[in-house]
Amino acid sequence: MRYSAWEVFRNGLTGNKAWKPVWRDPEPKQRYDVVIVGGGGHGLATAYYLARVHGIRNVAVLERGYIGGGNSGRNTTIIRANYMSTANVKFYSHCIKLWENLEQELNYNVMFSQRGLVALGHSDGQMEAMARRANFCQLEGDGGEVWSLEECRRQMPYLNYDDPRFPIYGAHWHPNGGTARHDAVVWGYARGADRLGVDIIQNCAVQGFRIEAGKVVGVETSRGFIGTTKVGMAVAGRSGEVAAMAGFRLPIESHVLQAFVTEGLKPVLPTVIGFGMGHFYISQSDKGGLVFGGDLDGYNSYAQRGNLPMMEHVAEAGMALMPMIGKSKLLRSWGGINDMTMDGSPIIDRSPVENFFINTGWCYGGFKAITGGGDAFAHLIATGNYHPAADKFTLKRFETGELIDETGAGPRPGRH
Amino acid sequence: MRIDCPNCGSRDRREFQYLGAAVLMDRPAPDAGEQAFVEYVYFRENPAGAHRELWLHEMGCRSWIVAERNMGTHEFASTRLAADVKRGAK
Amino acid sequence: MSRLTSGGQIDRTQPLRFSFDGKSLAGFKGDTLASALLANDIRLVGRSFKYHRPRGILSAGSEEPNALMQLGQGDQTTPNVRATTQELYDGLIAASQNRFPSLAFDLLSVNDLMAPFFGAGFYYKTFMWPKSFWEKVYEPFIRRAAGLGRLSGKADRALYDKAFAHCDLLVIGGGPAGLMAALTAARGGLDVILADEDFAFGGRLNSETVEIAGQPGAGWAAQVVTELAGMANVRLMPRTTVTGAYDGGTYAALQRVSHHLADPADHLPLETFWRIAARRTILAGGAIERPIAFANNDRPGVMMASAVRSYANRFAVLPGQKISLFTNNDDGHRTALDLLRLGADIAAVVDTRGDVAAMGDYPLITGGQVTGTSGRLGLKSITVSSASGRLKVATDCLAVSGGWNPSVHLTCHMNGRPVWREDIAAFVPADNAIPGMRVAGAANGDFSTHAALSAGAAAAAEALGDLGKPAPATVFPAAEDAPIQLEPFWHFTGSKGRAWLDLQNDVTTKDVALAHRENFRSVEHMKRYTTLGMATDQGKTSNVGGLAVMADLTQRSIPETGTTTFRPPYSPVALGALGAHGAGKDFAPSRFLPSDALARELGAHFIEMGVWYRPSLFPQSGETHWRQTCDREMRMVRSAVGITDITPFGKIDVQGADAAVLLDLVYANTMSSLKQGRVRYGVMLREDGMALDDGTCARLGEDHFVLTTTAGAASDVFAHLEFCTQVLRPELDVQFFSVTDQWAQFSIAGPRSRELVSGLCDEDISNERIPYMACAEVTIGGIGCRLFRISFSGEQSYEIAIPARYGEALARELGQRAAALGGGWYGLEALNALRIEKGYLTHAEMTGQYTADALGIGGMVSAKKDCIGKVLSQRSALVGPGKMELIGLKPVSPLKQFSGGAFLFSQGARQVLGNEEGHVTSHCYSPSLDHVIAMAFLRDGRSRLGEHIIMKDNARGIEAVCEVCPMVHVDPDGERLRG
Repeated sequence: MRYSAWEVFRNGLTGNKAWKPVWRDPEPKQRYDVVIVGGGGHGLATAYYLARVHGIRNVAVLERGYIGGGNSGRNTTIIRANYMSTANVKFYSHCIKLWENLEQELNYNVMFSQRGLVALGHSDGQMEAMARRANFCQLEGDGGEVWSLEECRRQMPYLNYDDPRFPIYGAHWHPNGGTARHDAVVWGYARGADRLGVDIIQNCAVQGFRIEAGKVVGVETSRGFIGTTKVGMAVAGRSGEVAAMAGFRLPIESHVLQAFVTEGLKPVLPTVIGFGMGHFYISQSDKGGLVFGGDLDGYNSYAQRGNLPMMEHVAEAGMALMPMIGKSKLLRSWGGINDMTMDGSPIIDRSPVENFFINTGWCYGGFKAITGGGDAFAHLIATGNYHPAADKFTLKRFETGELIDETGAGPRPGRH
Repeated sequence: MRIDCPNCGSRDRREFQYLGAAVLMDRPAPDAGEQAFVEYVYFRENPAGAHRELWLHEMGCRSWIVAERNMGTHEFASTRLAADVKRGAK
Repeated sequence: MSRLTSGGQIDRTQPLRFSFDGKSLAGFKGDTLASALLANDIRLVGRSFKYHRPRGILSAGSEEPNALMQLGQGDQTTPNVRATTQELYDGLIAASQNRFPSLAFDLLSVNDLMAPFFGAGFYYKTFMWPKSFWEKVYEPFIRRAAGLGRLSGKADRALYDKAFAHCDLLVIGGGPAGLMAALTAARGGLDVILADEDFAFGGRLNSETVEIAGQPGAGWAAQVVTELAGMANVRLMPRTTVTGAYDGGTYAALQRVSHHLADPADHLPLETFWRIAARRTILAGGAIERPIAFANNDRPGVMMASAVRSYANRFAVLPGQKISLFTNNDDGHRTALDLLRLGADIAAVVDTRGDVAAMGDYPLITGGQVTGTSGRLGLKSITVSSASGRLKVATDCLAVSGGWNPSVHLTCHMNGRPVWREDIAAFVPADNAIPGMRVAGAANGDFSTHAALSAGAAAAAEALGDLGKPAPATVFPAAEDAPIQLEPFWHFTGSKGRAWLDLQNDVTTKDVALAHRENFRSVEHMKRYTTLGMATDQGKTSNVGGLAVMADLTQRSIPETGTTTFRPPYSPVALGALGAHGAGKDFAPSRFLPSDALARELGAHFIEMGVWYRPSLFPQSGETHWRQTCDREMRMVRSAVGITDITPFGKIDVQGADAAVLLDLVYANTMSSLKQGRVRYGVMLREDGMALDDGTCARLGEDHFVLTTTAGAASDVFAHLEFCTQVLRPELDVQFFSVTDQWAQFSIAGPRSRELVSGLCDEDISNERIPYMACAEVTIGGIGCRLFRISFSGEQSYEIAIPARYGEALARELGQRAAALGGGWYGLEALNALRIEKGYLTHAEMTGQYTADALGIGGMVSAKKDCIGKVLSQRSALVGPGKMELIGLKPVSPLKQFSGGAFLFSQGARQVLGNEEGHVTSHCYSPSLDHVIAMAFLRDGRSRLGEHIIMKDNARGIEAVCEVCPMVHVDPDGERLRG
């Protein structure tokens, strides 16, 4: 069933009884060409691109719980490409180009809103870093400007210019950045993959891998053994555990990142704003809630929940930046498990086990990478070659030193 | 979150700084080779359960502490001074 | 008026005026805004989120989904205030939300007519054409229609505070269970905090007619509170909501300090955000009554039965003239009895159960169901179906009781999953869901007063036992102990109208059915697809109902279908309180130089460097542009003498027999060979081979060194040294301490620096005695100081460290002496530019992303010894061709300025991503050379000296041809340094 205003109207007249499942719930088959472990955005997008771009349709996506139950549904929905390294800019810019056509391609409104993103600078040095970001964006054709203090005042009169601890010098304006409705991205890819024949199997926990002569041949699951030629792992937050089942380690620590939303309010914030000095970023959802976040809690965790110090710090940063939000109320806070790599950049690569591919290490930025991550991972699984937009995200880089360390924090994942 | 500093007692987590897995205590010998250092610096077990890790009581006695903590529940099983652990290991 | 002439806990001697939507109204002290509105016969109080349906007050607590108000006017207006918890005060101004132009006539209620097309998730299926319309047309419209209250857009000027508290036992909830627990624990000698979100302790006792120990429950509660208030080991915290449970017995709590005051004193915060560390906790947060879903169950006038009892018994307000009840348990009947006693007219009691008898003189319909209602802006009648047919009953208030849901919320905050209890058809907390917490009373499914009292006492006795104290002998007061009689009934499925589950987000049973049809069957999917439970009440009254509907559709039991879970906070917390002390200058600590006052006297411009305030420029009269000042200051240093305060540089005093061993481990170069009285420039690496920091190391004695670090890395370097000595090499005999704050330090640089310093120190500081890179302990006016002959400007230069308390005095002395020599103070702008002229690294290069080799100081990494980071700094990509190398740049043709963050391209290369070969890091105008210069990273840069290269800054529209050159532009042979 193709979605459209007409279908909404027609079904509305008949009591909305004729809508069909957005994806099926099939029984797992005995064997697939590719098994994707993890039914989040990356896993579903990978399955979708395997089927659509590479014609590989005998694919299963195994999900331990319900699809989109991990970080895909626990983030602050920001999409951007204003990075500081060639590898990341190339990749995230590719992601944005896919986002721009996603709704039409999937026939599903994921509410991708290119409302633009402001990254504030608080010193001459930071402004030069902002210029570098803007220059990177421009090289890749994504636009990008440096805003003066006066322009900031004009665009964002509600920021604290009067008695700030860290005065605003200006900003980098990233017009192509924005937000999307996170759950819808998962459901849209699920629907797209399902319609191309991919089996999405929920409530199917992976318990181990059958590896023969260094080569993966199947997956042991809570719903029985499933044979396969290739395995693609896309289990953000749980990569360490799944890798351990396959017998290898990763340059990753799991960390908790909290996110927050306020009660619904009438529109006050048209763009996404990043306040690097306070480790704070904020946008307003279409429902009216202010959605914001900050740094990692700072310690390894698989608990999907955080603690007060970071929560308070984030709110303090919010008050420092835009004291107009004081009377809005925090409605809900939650935590996601972030696969933090040792250089803060992702990994899309083969693994030490043959035919076992890994898509991991998205740190706290995996949501925006769902489009390009799925595309690049499908490309690698299908062709055996790195996707040209993601050819630096290798495991080998930790041995060679060709690191992609945007912050310079080094091998201290909690600081990236 | 509260952490039992072996010197100072139960303190708020804000007083502490987290470093990472306690494997960082076992720096390879200078001649162990590049691969040994790559493993030491970058690769981690990252278990979902019990985890040995290093914290610094930064706003307190400034002791480095080896804590055993469950990564699933955040519960601390033990805390010891890193220097004691290291000396004991010898 | 619906106000009763007597009874209740309002103070009729204290009348209060307030307004709602511009209408002036009256209430009493002790009212909530909701009770006062009901007393004024106001039933329509708000509009729902999606369909803009008229809505009235549903509850009498923080679970309220409908009665959200905009409070106050002007730039300090507050959105989304629950009328059910806001205490009335004189002069309160409230307005309804989410309606235009008025509450009774709201244009967007047209959405309600479109409801067939606006079902769950309809927006995922449309608004996709044309592509460009999402941001331009659809989204702006949706955004304007959505949201509830509004922010003014102006700074919140209210005072908020934060505090820590510690206790043996935190009791959450001051109803019968909580009071009994607090009393038992306090008598047993524990330090107790008792917190309740209400302004009056007592919980349901204030709203019910139950008796305890032969007296009204509210009276018993008041008596207990009096006893607790007199005990030194008890802290009573009314108006305090415990909002979250965190690790290690830490709880968050929000205290509303002055929301209820008409004219609060200036020093009072509006709210205080508490962090409570409790050794043990008792959750006695009660239960929340749940609605029943039936067609048009959302009309103003349809309320929870418990709320009706609250308004009648506590606030002396009858919410209707002719009240009807719909129940599946005995509470509905209890409500009827209470109302009858107060003289109300009962239209009917509709009980879903077949075999019940009336408890009093009211019309009872057994085996009945309310199947519909009428009354657009307020309830007029209900339709009742039963074995005897359909019946229309005129009524203006329908009290609904679908049973109770224990308040399990806090027990979910650490991932605990509540468990289903069939006998009460409700979820109760899982055992040990929060370490150290026990749950007592209705929160645990013990609904009778007697059960609550005994559970509270028992939980307190256990907590006493845990903490090694005996429980005091306690006499349980006698109280009712009626078993719960309930027949689960969640929703009526037979009628065509919409039956509402989530009143604020407008989610109906049909939406849940649609979610089921489209395979959003997991509870989380259903919730996210329909938005059920995601409104400001977080589904306190709707989650279990939604679950029940999904259970019916999938023909599973409720626990098989899923559980509810809740995340912090329990009820919303103002960001002003959570972020208290974040606004303005308090966001981060402020550190000031010893010479701060002097610099301000001199009219210096300051900038923020991390937490330090440092002078960037010392402008003189007539200087209108920062460059004039900077250039003058640079010339002054190069030609005479300049002083700058470098106290923020980290200073670490290292002593011990193994001090040199430690320094050889942490520095890439060798420090053990440093002679006493000498200083060496050093670089530290991280274990991954990247440069961590650079600085100086001075050897004051055989076993005594003083290190400097950059200001920004001071704390990291110190922690790193501690890591090396405590974690890696505890056997080393070495001690060190940060002395950054103990020593004020000044740099005196320029050809006349020795002249200045030699007159100051009591000792001979001739070039022979204190040559370049020497150090010595000297005295200035009899005060022990340290003198270092080091430079970061390339000039003959000294640094003097003096105990911090003399810092300002020395600064003033230095300034005067410099002025006499034609010199003076210079700021950070000049300091950085002097560094760049000399090719010394700035913080723009030391970013943690480059090896010593990339920074051009690879030669410092000793080949003869191990050091942290040595092995990994030799990895293939870090030493092979194409690696980044720091170089200097100068313009080929006149250039106004280099551009930080600009890319470098080979001439003729296409300027696209991947072809960039480096970027500009630092740059300045060099008065010595009279042109601009820069430092930049460039691939294989050191082998490209003399090459012409393109600098391109698209963002600022700058492009220039430059020449790759050595970094050192001034005095390459170091003659000035040594002079």
